[in-house]
This record gives sequence, C-alpha cells and structure tokens, in this order.
Amino acid sequence: MTLATADTQKAPGGLAATLAHARYVISDNPVTGIAFGMFLVLVVCAALGPFIVPYDPLASDTAAALQPPSAAHWFGTDNLGRDIFSRVVVASRLDMAIAIFSVALVFAVGGIAGIASGFFGGWTDRIIGRISDTIMAFPLFVLAMGIVAALGNTVTNIVIATAIINFPLYVRVAKSEAAIRRNAGYVQAARLTGNSEWRILLTTILPNILPIMMVQMSLTMGYAILNAAGLSFIGLGVRPPTPEWGIMVAEGSAYIVSGEWWIALFPGLALMFAVFCFNLLGDGLRDIVDPQRRT
Amino acid sequence: MHGVVDVKDHAAKSSETPSGPLLQVRDLTVEFATRRGIVTAVSKVDLTLGKGETLGIVGESGSGKSVTSYTVMRILDRAGRIAEGSITFSGIDVAHAPESEMRDLRGREMSMIFQNPRAALNPIRTVGAQIGDVLLQHVQADPRNVKHKVIDILKQVRIARPEDRYHAYPFELSGGMCQRIVIALALACRPQLMIADEPTTGLDVTTQKAVMDLVTELTRERGMSTILITHDLGLAAAYCDTVMVMEKGKVVETAPAERIFRDPQHPYTRKLMRATPRPGITLKDLLPEGEVSAAASTVSTPVASAGEPLLTVENLVREYPRQGAPSAFLAKLKGKTLTQEETIFRAVDGISFEVKRGESVGLVGESGCGKSTTSTMVMRLIDPTAGKITFAGEDIGAIPAKDFAHHPMRKRIQMVFQDPTESLNPRYTAARAIADPLLRMGGYSGGAKLNARVAELAEMVGLPQNLLERFPHQLSGGQKARIGIARAIALDPDLVILDEPTAALDVSVQAVVLNLLEELKQRLGMSYLFVSHDLHVVGLLCDRVIVMRQGRIVEEGTAQAVLEAPKDAYTRELIAAIPHPPV
Repeated sequence: MTLATADTQKAPGGLAATLAHARYVISDNPVTGIAFGMFLVLVVCAALGPFIVPYDPLASDTAAALQPPSAAHWFGTDNLGRDIFSRVVVASRLDMAIAIFSVALVFAVGGIAGIASGFFGGWTDRIIGRISDTIMAFPLFVLAMGIVAALGNTVTNIVIATAIINFPLYVRVAKSEAAIRRNAGYVQAARLTGNSEWRILLTTILPNILPIMMVQMSLTMGYAILNAAGLSFIGLGVRPPTPEWGIMVAEGSAYIVSGEWWIALFPGLALMFAVFCFNLLGDGLRDIVDPQRRT
Repeated sequence: MHGVVDVKDHAAKSSETPSGPLLQVRDLTVEFATRRGIVTAVSKVDLTLGKGETLGIVGESGSGKSVTSYTVMRILDRAGRIAEGSITFSGIDVAHAPESEMRDLRGREMSMIFQNPRAALNPIRTVGAQIGDVLLQHVQADPRNVKHKVIDILKQVRIARPEDRYHAYPFELSGGMCQRIVIALALACRPQLMIADEPTTGLDVTTQKAVMDLVTELTRERGMSTILITHDLGLAAAYCDTVMVMEKGKVVETAPAERIFRDPQHPYTRKLMRATPRPGITLKDLLPEGEVSAAASTVSTPVASAGEPLLTVENLVREYPRQGAPSAFLAKLKGKTLTQEETIFRAVDGISFEVKRGESVGLVGESGCGKSTTSTMVMRLIDPTAGKITFAGEDIGAIPAKDFAHHPMRKRIQMVFQDPTESLNPRYTAARAIADPLLRMGGYSGGAKLNARVAELAEMVGLPQNLLERFPHQLSGGQKARIGIARAIALDPDLVILDEPTAALDVSVQAVVLNLLEELKQRLGMSYLFVSHDLHVVGLLCDRVIVMRQGRIVEEGTAQAVLEAPKDAYTRELIAAIPHPPV
C-alpha cells in the first residue's frame, strides 16, 4: 500500500534500529520472547553447567541409587546413584556443541554450494544438485548411522554425519534464494561496477540471503540435537559415562518397566525443551527478518 | 447486441435502489496502527459518485488514493480502520455493514481491477474456467450454459478468437490481454461500481489506450459508475468526467475534467500539471515555477553534430531459442527439418545506429521491441549473436560479457537502472553503494579520499550528506534514484545508458530527476543512451530519437522531427496513443 512516506521518518542507525525492531517483534508476539528466554536458559546451562550443579555428574553413590525426585535430588538418581539433575544440566554443553558445530559446518559447505549452484547454474548446479539428490536418496538417520559406524565412534564424526544429512536442505534453500537474486538490479549493478562473479556471490548475494539462512539454521539446530541424541541412544557416538541426553534416555528406558520413570523422563524433557526452543526461535527469527512484517 | 441485454438488466437493478448518488463518502478518515503509532492515511475525504459517472482520483504515491478506494470496498489491511466518517453505497452503510453483506456486495455490486493483471489471475487455471467460477458463484449461470456465457463475456471485452482463448492459461496471453480478462472478471456479474486501481500501469501506451477505451465503452453501455485511480493526470482528464486530486491523504481539488486542465485552482494541481511531460515544452517547464530561475541559464540547445562518434552499432543481432518451439527431435522422427523461423526468435534483428560524443539518443519502443536487449548488449552484460559494437574505436562486442567486468572499458560505460529500489543492494548504505565502483575500479581504497569523493558525488546529484549513512529502505524513491545516478557517474564514464530511469517515480520526482540528468550531462560532457517507452520524456531529454519495433528500427531522426512530423505509421500510432487531456 502507499504508506512509504512513513518509512522515511524512521531514524537511521544500524544496531539501535535492529534492537528496536527485535523489541517490537518480541512484544508483538510473546511466544518469540519466551523462546528467547528458553534459549538464554540453555546458553547459561551450557556455559556454566559444571559450576552450578549441586553434584558431580560422574560421581556414583550406590547407597543413593534409584531414588525418586526429592529435595536433595530434584530429578532423582539413576542406577549408579548419580544425580540426574546435575547430569541433565551438564549434558547440555555437549549436545549444544554438537548441534552448533554441525550446523555451522553444513551452513559453510551447504550454504555456499547452494548459492553457487543457484547463482552460476549450468554444470555447477547439475553437479551439486546430483550430490544432494544422492544424499536424499538414503533414509537420513540410517545414513548418519552408517557414516558414524564407518568413520568411528567419536563426537567429531557425529558432527560430520549430522552436517552431511542436512546438506541437501541447505543447498535447496540457498539455491532457490540465490536464483531469485541472480539477475536482480543490484547484482547487475555490481557487475557494472567491476565486481567479479565470485565477489558478487560472497559480498552481494550471501549477505542478502543470510537472514533466511539464519532461520534455517535455528530450525536445523533442533534437528541436529535430536539426531545426535538419537545416535547416542542406539549406542553410536558418545559413550557412557559421559552425560548426554540420548544415552541417559537409553539407560533409563530399561527402568521404566520397573517403575523408575524419572531416569528417562528428565533427559527426555530436556531434549524436548531444546528442540522446542529452537523451533520457536526459528519462527521468531523469521518474523524479524521477513520484510513483510516490517510495517 | 449485448448492449440491449445490459440496459434491461440494469433497469431491473436500479428499480430496487433508492434514488440519489450511487456512492457517497462523507468526512472519511482512515488510520493505520503501525509500530510508530497511529498514521492517518486519509483524512476528511468527501466524494459523491452518481450513476453512470466516472471519477478519477489522481495523486502521487502516499496520497491515500488507493486507501480511499480500498475503504469503499472494505478490503483494508487488518492494521487499518475507519476512524471517522460514513460511506453509503446505494443505501447501504458500508462502514458498519456486517462482513457477510459486504462479501455479497463485492463482486456483485462493486468490483475492482488491480494494477498487475497477471497477479490477479490464477496461473494454473484456464481463463475461461476462472470467469465461469465467478458466474457460478453469483448464480449468473448454471453448469450447462456457463461456457456459452463466458464466451459471450470474452467477446464483450474484445478478445479475438474467444472460443480458443477460453482454454488459454494466463501465461499464454499478453499483458493487455490479461488485463481484459481481469476486466471481464470484474464485469462478469454486472456490478454498478467498478474501481480501477492503476489499471494500465505497466502496459504499453497503445495497449493502455485500447484498455481504457474498452473500460469507458463498457461503462457507458451498462450505465456503470467507475472510479479510476491513477498517478497520471493526463489519463484521468482524458477518460473521466470528474477529477479529484489528492495530496498526503487530503483532497486538494475536485473539478470537472476539462476545467482542471484549463483552470487548475490549487497550487499542488498546478505543480502536478507542470510536471507532466507534454509536447512543446522544455525540461525546465516541468519544474515548479519558483525553482526555474536558478538553472535557467543552461538552456539545452540540441547539438546535432556534437563530435566524433563514440558508439557505433552495426547490424546487431541477438537470437533466442523460440519458446514452445516444436521439438527438433520430434520433427526428425516425422522426417522433416525445422526452419530457422520455427526454432529461433530474433529479439534484435540487425540494427545499426551511432551515438556521438556529448549526444543523447533515445531508444523508444513498446515492451518486446528489443530496446532493452539492445541496451544490455551495448552494456556488455550479454553477448550479441552477430554484429559489431564499436566503442571509442575499440570493438567491445568481441569481448565476452563475462570477462568485461575486468576490462578497462568497463568504467567508461555505465548504467542507471529502471527501478531504483531493486537496483540498490538492500544491505549497503547509500555511501557504500556510491563507493562500490570507486573501490572496484576507481583505484580508491577507502579512507578520507574515498569519503571526500562520495560526498562530492552526493552533492553533484543533490543528495543531502546526512542521508549517506541510510539504507535504501529508509529513503524515498527520488533519493534512491539519485544514488543510482551518483553510482553511474562515479567513474566519469563516457556513455551512460538510462534504462527508463524515471518509470518507477512520481511525476514531480521524474521532473527533478530529468533536469538533474540534463544538468549532469552539460557539466560532465557524457553521452546518454536513453531507453524508454515514453516518447514525450525522450523528446525532452534527447537530441535524437530511434523508434524500434519487433527488433528493427522503424524511424530515426531528431527528437523534434520524430515527435512533430513522424514519418512512420507506427510512430504516429505511438504518439496518438498518449492520452490527450480535453483542453
């Protein structure tokens, strides 16, 4: 509509304006505010976990094994008497680290490959497209299992496997966004001012696609955490006694039948909390970066 | 033949409605809730529209002309609301009517045509089916006779071969044809009021004429009332009974069409009129009275023999594979070979012309005539199929487009793009956008020297220094156009290609930008290749004009000769199609 004049009154200023906009989006949609709050809790747990927990997450105390939640042990204790609350909090660092590194890796590789594929088209597009088609042809979780099993049971390999199975997703998003902008006026203008094609890709196309990729990253963070936990659950990747949500659920699952539900429930809830947080955050980020909402 | 039916139908309808004007708007104020508080988009608007009348609402962007009409249809954004005033449409209180009643009213009693006809049509359904849907929904036809009725309607909007076009998809039709389908949709249920929101923006002048003639003819036949929303005062005056001029949400003047041109009362109307390009004036005449004196000394004198040729184009050809061409493989199976005609489409078909140093040449034609393809080839963004492009003595046509970015010639040919918004990187500030060519090819590497040059360029194009740190979305259309120009002249090019640089701007901004371009040309001694569909604008800025049609040059001559004594029939048609206000 014709309300463009209102926009010109807006005060200039990069960071201040962005913060004001973020504040506006959060107040407009309280769910985004909650998501940011949840994210903050996760970050604090990951950063300060070992220093704030009441017990050593690895110290076993057989006298206190299999205790239900109480004032002393908020989430109860497991079969070796370890405090589940401490283990859940400390585990957040490892799970977040796996998610962040795998997402960063797939963004760097898949994002650039996708942009190149959309921007250059032709053979670049064909080769990258076939690679991602090949990856997509496998059941993704089984592929991740195969990669970890083949490369070896380490955290690094979980990160690589998670990145590989997310590769096609990033290629698709980046490719379609780059293809839209391939012949945009400002890209043509950049050509006229003597920018080479690769420079245009990195300095003009990439920054313009970044906001959309950020949303994608937040959404895949949730996936990545689930994937890492899933691999640990079936015994690949992280090994006991390292505290990790997936292993803890796996360990606890044996005790559900006998009535000790808390061992599996609380790490499971933590997992749900993290995935939920990243999904909500993705929705909120989309609102922030979507120009349609910038009224 | 259809006229007879219409009159009867209309008589039956009007007997139900009370007498008096069809639409009456009193003291209408519309507010929008935005994050910066309440914005009043329209304030205290009064309008009366009788049966069979045509009202033109004219204004520049942000004048509230669209908001007014959206409010009449009650299709405002959820952020907008009617703060004050009343809207009465044939006895119904539109402002307070329940939504179910409005839904019934929209489409049957009042309908709307939007700016972009292609966006208004469902791309995956045939146009016949889409018109049929509307008829069925409003019980104007039953499944047995719907096809017959649709073909009738297609005939009424002057679509040739309606039986074939019934099965056509929107993408198979031209822009003008799509707009006719949209008109057919809007008229399918014989509404009493039609609102046309910039119905011809983006269409060629000849198509614009055909569409507007059709609209006026149909409204007259059916006794329909029409509101035409446009930024073009000439168009409104040529096709409307009454013209209402709006500025910043307020009505500044309402008068019969012929009077508004002969005797405009309000200063804003006069400013708009002055800014509208028309025959027999100079660039300076476009500016408001007060602002002429300063630049009046530099009278643009067309210099026919300005100097040695700067750009020579010889037998330039650009071919594209024809879309929907019969497959060569299938043809081979059937044992015949395809002719070149069938597989290849010549967008530019062997044209030759010359641009001298310090000269401005206009390249005029309708969409699809090859003018943009030509300018893009001269710009060296795409490669020609055949022909020669000589620039300053060097055959630049032989350098592949993808290598030209590094060629020293690159900085001597620059371009101002059509859409100032689209051609600026949303993530660059104004200063960064202007600095880009300086950093890449100007030998600058940042620091005070670069800042000084950027400030100098901003001053040259009249961009206030305090706006340099802003991003494109924080600037107005005119300011963005200035950035585009500053970027193009940053490297002191010899030739600047102007690709409809004012097409996306309001007329008053267009007037300023055209004068700026002329002034810069005088100061820097550049040549312009001005690509446009608007003969009047081209005539104002250019020494020579080249008229193109279907990839070929049909006429070439001095601007004055082409505009005043066109030799070719097509040029005459183009000139005749520009709306002439009744004077």
